[in-house]
Amino acid sequence: MKLGQGYVMLTSFDKALLNILQTGLPIASRPFAELAERLGVGEDAVIERLEYLKEHGFIRRIGAFFDSTSLGYVGTLAAAKVEEDYVEEVAKAINAYEGVTHNYERDGSFNLWFTLLVPTIEIQQGILEEIRNLKGVSSLINLPADKKYKVSVQFNL
Amino acid sequence: MLDELDKRIIAAMQDEFPLVAEPYKEIAARIGISEKELLERLSSYRQSGKIRKMGAVLKHREVGFSANALCAWVVPPERLEEVGQIMMRHPAITHCYSRIPQPEWPYNFYIMLHGHSREECRSMATELAQATGVCQYTMLFSTKEWKKTSMSYFVRKA
Repeated sequence: MKLGQGYVMLTSFDKALLNILQTGLPIASRPFAELAERLGVGEDAVIERLEYLKEHGFIRRIGAFFDSTSLGYVGTLAAAKVEEDYVEEVAKAINAYEGVTHNYERDGSFNLWFTLLVPTIEIQQGILEEIRNLKGVSSLINLPADKKYKVSVQFNL
Repeated sequence: MLDELDKRIIAAMQDEFPLVAEPYKEIAARIGISEKELLERLSSYRQSGKIRKMGAVLKHREVGFSANALCAWVVPPERLEEVGQIMMRHPAITHCYSRIPQPEWPYNFYIMLHGHSREECRSMATELAQATGVCQYTMLFSTKEWKKTSMSYFVRKA
């Protein structure tokens, strides 16, 4: 039931709702009533539609998104050069770390790219060392951020 | 500094957000505090930047943005700030960081670019190269998603 497959389409109301909701969930007793008022519909209509959109896989998560650095966490982006035959095994071993939030196979000589978010730099170094030593990993680079210019996952529908 | 209640609130806010008329009341009840206290703490987190956004994250493939590329650039260090300012304004870019390069990997500037197709991503990168004058870059298209989750801060494992 995906958009690309043509079964479920976003209506213009859905798009308006999602465009607002991507950044504008009110911190208030009746947040959906406030959204409904802006959209000129009833509170129930907003809640029902959000349930529908969630159920059909358009929404990954609703709620609060925290700034990892402000909470004291240390993040980085790392990439591994993994032999073809070991990619699945290594990817699964990397996934097993709780602080790994994204892990993608990509084109190029470094073929596995992951983000790691942990409470301290010591934990980060320890985990990266373990990954570097996995069978099939020939090289691992750690690319800690120097400066964050933008994090805003927002799509204009 | 975060106190114990802050950590409990942050952990609770990562659970499913209830789609009911008074969602915060429900979350507050789970934590064992009043709705008023929860709303006050959340407002203060947003003011201090601990919360970077309240809202929804969409599944980008399902809403039509099926292609994404991690695009890595070699930017002269003295131009990082200027190039960063240009790149971050582009609406198709969701993440934008300068990073410390490595001897075997010279790229020091990274963006996540989302488009409806690989071709669209490629043409946006070409435009960005022209707009910034930075022409050494590589596009790393994803071929498989092995993991994508939200971080669980301060969640105590059972």
